[in-house]
Amino acid sequence: MAQSKKKRFYIRTAILAVLTIAIVFTIYSNVTKEKNAVLREGDKAPDFALVDLEGNEHRLSDYKGEGVFLNFWGTWCKPCATEMPAMDNQYHVYKDQGVQTLAINIGESQLKVNSFKNSHGLTFPIAIDQNKSVMQSYNIAPLPTTFLINPDGRIEKIIKGEMTEQDIADFMEQIKPS
Amino acid sequence: MDKIVCTCGNVNPAGTLLCESCGRPLNKETAEKKLVDMRYEGSARRSQTYNKTIIDKVWNFFSSVKVGVWLIVLILVAASIGTILPQVFYVPATTEEDIAAYYERIYGTFGTLYYKLGLSDLYSSWWFQGLIGMLGISLIIASLDRVIPLYKSLKKQKTKRHFSFLKRQRIYGIGNIENGEESIKKAEEKLKTMRYNVKREGNALLAERGRFSRWGPYINHLGLILFLFGVMLRALPGFYVDETMWLREGETLYIPKTEGYFLESKEFIYETYSKEESEEVFGDAIDRVGTIAKNYQTNVVLHKGPEGAVAGHLDDLTFEKEAAIQVNKPLKFDNFSVFQMDFRLDELASMTFQLQDKETAESFGEFTINLADPKPVYELSEDAKVEILDYYADFTGFEDGVPQSQSPLPNNPAFLVKMYTPEFPKGETSFVMIKETLEPLGENQHKLAFQSVETRDVSGLTVRKDLTLPILMLGGVIFMIGVAQGSYWNHRRIWIQQLEDGQVVVAAHTNKNWLSIKKDMDAVSEVANLPKYEDQQDEDSKAEKEEGV
Amino acid sequence: MVEVSSTLLFIAFVAYLVATFLFGGAVKSSSSKASKSYERWGKLAITVTIIGFLSNIGYFITRWIAAGHAPVSNLFEFTTAFGMLVVGAFILIYFIYRITALGLFALPIAIIIIGYASMFPKEITPLIPALKSYWLTVHVITAALGEAILAISAVAGLIYLLKNIDMTKKSKQRFWIEAVMFVVVLVLGFIVATTSFTLAGYKAEFNYVNKEEQVLKMEYHMPPIFGMNESEAITENRMQPLMEMPPLVNAKKLTIVTWSVIFGTILYILLRLILRKRIAAVLQPFTKKANSQFMDEIGYRSVLIGFPVFTLGALIFAMIWAHEAWSRFWGWDPKEVWALITWLFYAAFLHLRLSKGWEGKKSAWLALIGFIIIMFNLVAVNLIIAGLHSYA
Repeated sequence: MAQSKKKRFYIRTAILAVLTIAIVFTIYSNVTKEKNAVLREGDKAPDFALVDLEGNEHRLSDYKGEGVFLNFWGTWCKPCATEMPAMDNQYHVYKDQGVQTLAINIGESQLKVNSFKNSHGLTFPIAIDQNKSVMQSYNIAPLPTTFLINPDGRIEKIIKGEMTEQDIADFMEQIKPS
Repeated sequence: MDKIVCTCGNVNPAGTLLCESCGRPLNKETAEKKLVDMRYEGSARRSQTYNKTIIDKVWNFFSSVKVGVWLIVLILVAASIGTILPQVFYVPATTEEDIAAYYERIYGTFGTLYYKLGLSDLYSSWWFQGLIGMLGISLIIASLDRVIPLYKSLKKQKTKRHFSFLKRQRIYGIGNIENGEESIKKAEEKLKTMRYNVKREGNALLAERGRFSRWGPYINHLGLILFLFGVMLRALPGFYVDETMWLREGETLYIPKTEGYFLESKEFIYETYSKEESEEVFGDAIDRVGTIAKNYQTNVVLHKGPEGAVAGHLDDLTFEKEAAIQVNKPLKFDNFSVFQMDFRLDELASMTFQLQDKETAESFGEFTINLADPKPVYELSEDAKVEILDYYADFTGFEDGVPQSQSPLPNNPAFLVKMYTPEFPKGETSFVMIKETLEPLGENQHKLAFQSVETRDVSGLTVRKDLTLPILMLGGVIFMIGVAQGSYWNHRRIWIQQLEDGQVVVAAHTNKNWLSIKKDMDAVSEVANLPKYEDQQDEDSKAEKEEGV
Repeated sequence: MVEVSSTLLFIAFVAYLVATFLFGGAVKSSSSKASKSYERWGKLAITVTIIGFLSNIGYFITRWIAAGHAPVSNLFEFTTAFGMLVVGAFILIYFIYRITALGLFALPIAIIIIGYASMFPKEITPLIPALKSYWLTVHVITAALGEAILAISAVAGLIYLLKNIDMTKKSKQRFWIEAVMFVVVLVLGFIVATTSFTLAGYKAEFNYVNKEEQVLKMEYHMPPIFGMNESEAITENRMQPLMEMPPLVNAKKLTIVTWSVIFGTILYILLRLILRKRIAAVLQPFTKKANSQFMDEIGYRSVLIGFPVFTLGALIFAMIWAHEAWSRFWGWDPKEVWALITWLFYAAFLHLRLSKGWEGKKSAWLALIGFIIIMFNLVAVNLIIAGLHSYA
């Protein structure tokens, strides 16, 4: 009798625990779904290959061992335009310290991106994501969005919105290979 | 609590109301009732029997039908509140502020309150999902708690039941008849032809039919549980994809979340019903409503990138298939479906200009700008060309003398151009918009005269993958089987017994459909000469009889 | 074909009316249940009902042929089909239980439903892309059939309550059953109001500003009690709205509702003055021959028969189609939600009955409430709450 009572207790506890955990997990992930992108900090950065305006191919996996400062932008986006000169400054500071800067434009025309680049005097590599596949695989919602990718190829940080020059410098420092 | 030993010798679990074997009432309360409660055969629902630890208490809470009904009612009320105003996903706004502003603007204070209370996104709120989760727990526990004792007690039931059980059945009759033994035998044969499963034990008879319908409720609950489980799985990564894409005619875009699939739009087709084709039948409706849409369709080509290609890849796409995506006819591949959901007609695609002399209107040639990819220079002849210095797809005006574009969509294209002609080999600068031209560096002699535009349509497509569908389907099918089994069949039992004093007792029970069991009883009585039964719950017939109508 | 179709519907409508009186005759005939006269009346009544039903099916089929799709694609067609299926469900239950009183109450409800349906635009509309699917036929007909069978449960509940509520003493139940009668009269009020203004040929056009601040035109077919937001009359010599509504409110629909209430209330008061009794009390004698126990069982069994059909049509087929047409099987569209609410309600009904022993009056009231929810989904959700399903 006592045996069966104990058994009953364990069975009931187990069933209730499994159900509760399953439900709490479901609700938690449903409620937080919108707020978290599919990519999270700490995830492996999805590989891509894009050709920049100069015709050089940039493949993310080729930069293993270096930090990559990956910026998604558009010419119509005002905060993008504001932060780009600062990015350009820091690009020169960190490019020889193993931090690669790459700005990915979301599907605009060559002409527009070129004119933007020239009028703002940008020197870092800019590539155009013509079929929006890189944008999709990085789940870009607002522009600008910046991904800090560390030398291991993992996402160190995701920054949504405009950055100051100090921010940019700090971020580049963060992914500098040691 | 201890087990209850019945006078007949059967050992019943604690909490049993009617002896599983002979049917004697096992406590005073049951014994005092005129009719027995047959809902769970008087078996001991496990939950009611133990109530010691907190786990038992939680278990009993969820096992209660009362709690289950309350949960159903709460979900029902909550769900109805969610339909008072449109939910956020039907609201034409995306950011939090815009949504709040929308509710305020359209629905006033009530709208703001509705939004602030979170009712505008009620169905994805933690508490609503929590209610559904609790209902799921209740489904599992309540079923477990009932189906096992019910199964046991139906299995253990004896053919010979105690008189006290029989006389408390809703359909019951007793009387002296000649040759009782003979009657019971006749009844047995008749019942067998009526597809009853008949058992004998001495001078007692039990005829039973449709017992499997008793499992219906538990099977349909199983189906529901499976369905809810399927819904839960969508929370796991990889099971569920829901993306949208805007695809322009002529464009090839990566299909979000797929393994290297690309979609090219050949053409978007929008058709309406014309009066000519169906004047007779639809004429009135078209007259009243105006245009009625007939078809939304995107003709597409599905491409696949090479194995192992990474994002950003443009070349080496291989043709997979051509398809026409229509409403109700999605494109399907690899667990993915692409649906025709929305469209925008006539987005500007290209503009044609003529370079001409303002006064003489002499032309130096025409050129067409592809708005998705303008070229830096358009050569018109040996000594005339137009250079595009900058391009503003969605021009909104100047800010500190700098032209602004608010989006990359060619809603209002504007160009900063330099026009080279034999007279002006250094070029004249002009700012060309759709309807007007500015000359920022002084009066020009030449202009770009707008000739024509070409437009293209944009298809709004939804990309969906849902690996939980088979589970949901299975849940639905099992639910339907269970619910049909429990609703369209019924469990009937007829007891006939000759008591020691020679009187014959008849009694019958069904979980529903009393009309049919009465008919069965009548049919048996006809051949077997059994005592008259009466429906002990039917007040009307009794009253009628007493009145002598 | 279209004309044949309308004629057949009219024949059905008349047949139902006649059958109602015949059922009334059967129930009222002073002789006892077993008498020949009672049986004759009953037989005649069900025969006329079946003739009407066949004619109704004739309407359905001819309209189907004319339109090229099942005639369930707008409010008129759906509501008419629902009325037809209510009669079908009644015939089915009649042949199980052979209770004439059921016909006396089921047919008028079908008549009112069909009458209500014919207040909407009756022309055949071509299918918009979202409706072009064989699931339209499958989903809508199954759902309507389920609802129709569930409606019979409410009819049985109504008879049970009319019979068993003591009309001589003041009670909550007596109040509410009369309230139900009043609502039925309001529906009649809607039909009377619409018909009289249509016959009078009333028409007035107004410009108004909607909630998105666009200027639109609205045509009234009843004198405008309420005006649309910032409305301006286009038609001359027409009554000006008594009161202007904010853009959120569809003042035209509010006007229709108000007129229906006015007409219905007048109708109700007239009835009370003529009959000098509560309507429920007037109807009570007609239920005398109905056996309560059977009414209770019919109420329960029609839920049992209707519930699986409803689940299949209104939820399962609906989900399959929604997945094909709108890319998701469930989207919390108001109509979907109300179908779920209906389903949950009947689930609660079954649990209360099975496990809590709610029989008799309680069960009858629940059956009535269930029907009210179904009608709410049919009427209010389509007219008031806009959603994906508002095709009409």
